[in-house]
Amino acid sequence: MTIAADPALAADARSERRFFLALSLPALLIVGLAAILPILWIIRQSFLTTGGEYTVGNYEKVLSSGLTWSALITTVDLSLGTLAFCILLGTPLALALASVRPRVANLLMAFVMLPLWTSILVRTYGWLVLLRRDGLINAALTGSGLTAEPLPLVYNFTGTLIGMVHYMLPLFLLPVYAAMRDIDANLVRASASMGATLGQVIRTVILPLSAGGIVSGSMIVFIYTIGFFITPAVLGGGKVNPLSIRIERTLSTFQDWGSASVLGILLLVLMALVGVMFLVARRLVARNKVGAAHA
Amino acid sequence: MLEAYPDNRLARIFLWGFSALAMAFLMLPTLVVVPLSFSASDLLEFPPRAYSLRWYENFFGSATWMAGLRTSLILGTLTAMVAVPLGLLACISINRLGGKTASAIQGVLLAPSIVPGILLAIGLFFVLAAQGLVGTLFGVLVGHVVLAIPVACIVLLPAVARFDWNQVQAARSLGADWARAIGGIIVPQLQISLLSATLMAFLTSLDESVISIFVASGRNSTLPKLMFLSLRDQIDPTIAAISTLWTAIVVVVVLIVTLRQKS
Repeated sequence: MTIAADPALAADARSERRFFLALSLPALLIVGLAAILPILWIIRQSFLTTGGEYTVGNYEKVLSSGLTWSALITTVDLSLGTLAFCILLGTPLALALASVRPRVANLLMAFVMLPLWTSILVRTYGWLVLLRRDGLINAALTGSGLTAEPLPLVYNFTGTLIGMVHYMLPLFLLPVYAAMRDIDANLVRASASMGATLGQVIRTVILPLSAGGIVSGSMIVFIYTIGFFITPAVLGGGKVNPLSIRIERTLSTFQDWGSASVLGILLLVLMALVGVMFLVARRLVARNKVGAAHA
Repeated sequence: MLEAYPDNRLARIFLWGFSALAMAFLMLPTLVVVPLSFSASDLLEFPPRAYSLRWYENFFGSATWMAGLRTSLILGTLTAMVAVPLGLLACISINRLGGKTASAIQGVLLAPSIVPGILLAIGLFFVLAAQGLVGTLFGVLVGHVVLAIPVACIVLLPAVARFDWNQVQAARSLGADWARAIGGIIVPQLQISLLSATLMAFLTSLDESVISIFVASGRNSTLPKLMFLSLRDQIDPTIAAISTLWTAIVVVVVLIVTLRQKS
């Protein structure tokens, strides 16, 4: 390399690097102004009284309120529930998609991706139509005599959960499907030829090898559902109040910026905790995978 | 993958039956609104007893809905016009710098996509309120650009990585300045990816609801904000018409993006 030897060229390389750095400045600036500054503002606001003096009163007020804790529990319940259904529905679906021919799989994936690109409000509206008291599902249930009375399927926890699972399932499916696609089909063939039953293959080969994808998918589900707003706001009907809804209510009903900010920070802390937990889990899974390969 | 188990019919039926159910679950809410949007009735009856276009007339004839549509289309266009060039420049920068600097820039630019929308929304609301900008188109635009930049970067990063940088060096050594090298050589070759990024950025803005709900107001209310408010109050079949139009647009955009990528 003669670049380092020639001072003129070295200076050239330095100025080129500065130029490339400058290219990302406009994007960094706008993200800084419209995403990072607002988060810092929330942190500052959480320590301010309405008069603008520093205080920890907002924290005392919010953390001593029973509403905060029930919101926190609702948030965790919703996230865990969504995750459980995503794993139950998504893992077999991913397995089915990974075991058909690529052409068929691509076609089926298009059906999975369609809801992902459909507006959340369109989907929420669709669920309202389906789940209402006089909605399609209740009409089918009472019409066929399966239930005498219409079931309360929406404007409650059940409806919110259905809407959230519907939103998150494609996002969960993507990494799990990718992980299953990457499994060497010869491993399955070898296990079969040595007499493993289908159940054994799924339990001891497929699931452990796709554990990384399942952990990634679960992390996406959890992190997204923690801050979800539209679905509980519409399908919860005022009865499901996770942190996001409490934030909105504190802001719009009480104009209490300080408390809303504290709730926002609670949300951030919860997200960070979950993020760290999942990163640790992913590391453990990766180590187990290496261990399994050596065994 | 499971072709080693052709005889296990029971497991197969179970797996496929289950998957069919999951697929139906995914498609149902999007599909169910289509026939309802053509219903002649005020009630949400299924299947509709008589068909009409009244909910579409209602939508296109309403000044409020039309203002929302206009705002959303303007916002989507502006968002794409700002986010895609900024994203392209950032991707070139990330690609050329490499190493820790590049990962740091990438991390900052992608971060808004994992921060809960509600936090961005109230933070932005506070900042804009301090500047007296709540309710302006500018305020919502800034929020949408921040969400569209990660989307544009995810599409453009691999495209920039595939680009043969020697061409730019050749052009530079022949006397082209940077503007010409980027505008005349990189942009034409990344046309398809830039088109995808533009459509995706547009869709991101069109679909965004939480920031709009908090920051947009009055004449600058977006379509999703109006839909949200209407869903909270009563169930207006006009929304079925909007939903059907919306899904049609999304299907067309996604088809263009995937077909373009294949060709």
